[in-house]
Amino acid sequence: MSETAAVAFVNVGFRRGERSILSRVTFQIAAGEFVGVIGGNGAGKSTLLQLTLGLLGPSSGEIRIFGHAPREARGTFGYVPQRIELDPDLPLRASDFVALGVDGARFGLPLPSAERRARVAATLADVGATAFAGEPVGRLSGGEQQRLAIAQAIAGRPRLLLLDEPLANLDIDGAAEIVELVARLARERGLTVLLVAHDVNPLVRAMDRILYLADGRAAIGTVDEIVNEDTLSRLYDRPVDVLRVRGRVIVVAGDEVHE
Amino acid sequence: MAALSAAIGYFVVLRGLSFAGHAVTDIGLTGGAGALLAGFDPLAGLFAFSIGAAAAVGLLGARARERDLATGLVLAFALGVGALFLHLQTRYANAQSALLFGSVFDTDPGLLRVVALVGVVAAAALAILYRPLLFSTVAPEVARTAGVAVGTVGFAFLIVMAVAVAETAQIVGVLIATALLVGPAATAIALVRDPLRGIALAMALGIGESWAAIGLAYASFGWSRGAHSWPVSFFVAVLALAGFVAAQARRDRPRRRDA
Repeated sequence: MSETAAVAFVNVGFRRGERSILSRVTFQIAAGEFVGVIGGNGAGKSTLLQLTLGLLGPSSGEIRIFGHAPREARGTFGYVPQRIELDPDLPLRASDFVALGVDGARFGLPLPSAERRARVAATLADVGATAFAGEPVGRLSGGEQQRLAIAQAIAGRPRLLLLDEPLANLDIDGAAEIVELVARLARERGLTVLLVAHDVNPLVRAMDRILYLADGRAAIGTVDEIVNEDTLSRLYDRPVDVLRVRGRVIVVAGDEVHE
Repeated sequence: MAALSAAIGYFVVLRGLSFAGHAVTDIGLTGGAGALLAGFDPLAGLFAFSIGAAAAVGLLGARARERDLATGLVLAFALGVGALFLHLQTRYANAQSALLFGSVFDTDPGLLRVVALVGVVAAAALAILYRPLLFSTVAPEVARTAGVAVGTVGFAFLIVMAVAVAETAQIVGVLIATALLVGPAATAIALVRDPLRGIALAMALGIGESWAAIGLAYASFGWSRGAHSWPVSFFVAVLALAGFVAAQARRDRPRRRDA
């Protein structure tokens, strides 16, 4: 395998007790690629992210992040977790929240430094959050908190940005804004992006390739290569219909329907 | 001491540990009573049991709900044992009363030196833990991917909390240590939206409330029949609660963004 791949999975399997969550997953993502990780509930999307981050270890196979084992690649990750719902009474301003991404892992009290302040301000500006930098985070809207979580993730200057369902709970316009933001940040900062979603549509224009998960198996390719009846029927191991309605894609796999 | 307690209380409130904090003081009482019974220094018993209790709570319950259950169980057991100890030993009524209610006016200088030393160590530990602790309180998953040992940091904090609480208990008594731990911190969280200033305010409130309580206790000499002043712990509790209620009332009135 190429040592320069940002993310490489080789025959990765993951079991939880008797249940197989992922089996023989193999793919490579090049540095700078924007990859959408798509699949239904329970397809193994979050598990795949956790394996990439080194929070879980694979039951079999090998994972490499820029040529290193995930646990040794800590500083390269920026992570935006699922369901960000901050306590409305959290006594933290948006800028404090983002500052944690700069140096929150270090010990000691944060000493006031011009460099730190500048970096937080630049990051806030980058995600379009300057207007609410001084507001308490818990009182901001879901979309605003999502932007701040992204700011926190990139404030540590990662090479690889992983986002777990950042578009859930957002309306179509909100989702489009977040996708556009992530795509622009990736371009400007040369980031590799893995974005988990259950809907292909908001990502179609932004992503370079799609990593499709079904029943713990994975297929990677361009949207046209993957989102068609032949490939998905093989992946799901049962007949799958792919409908195109008014420019939107809808996948019907047995009783599982998603867009 | 009040200042340290309030600073630590800030994180106790943020992390939803008020109940655990109170339990640790109560369990410290068992330790103190047990030490009295066995003929050891009650303060050593207080420390040992407080720290042991914090460790037990930390090991038994990782999630908030489990932790409440674990705390409740450990607490009930320890209180039962404590009641037995207090029942069995009848010789040192004064020492018992000091354990329960504290004795601000007759703390001996040797003890004060120990208290001051331990207090400085605990404050230093809190300052060192500050950033990772805040990070793992606000965004535990992101902190973990950034390399913070979230579990270890949380555990270390419980121990620091136990030490601080045991310290406070030696002066104001077991029953009221919780008021100093949680009262000023909760008030500050309700009033100030950024963590460092919030902690500073909590510390100031803690000191202010303590001095005011001592002053009131002194003034209360002769309020009721008999030549006793009212206990300092009563005034601490009243002031802590009054501060919190006032802060809530003040916060709930003005600005509600986009509500």
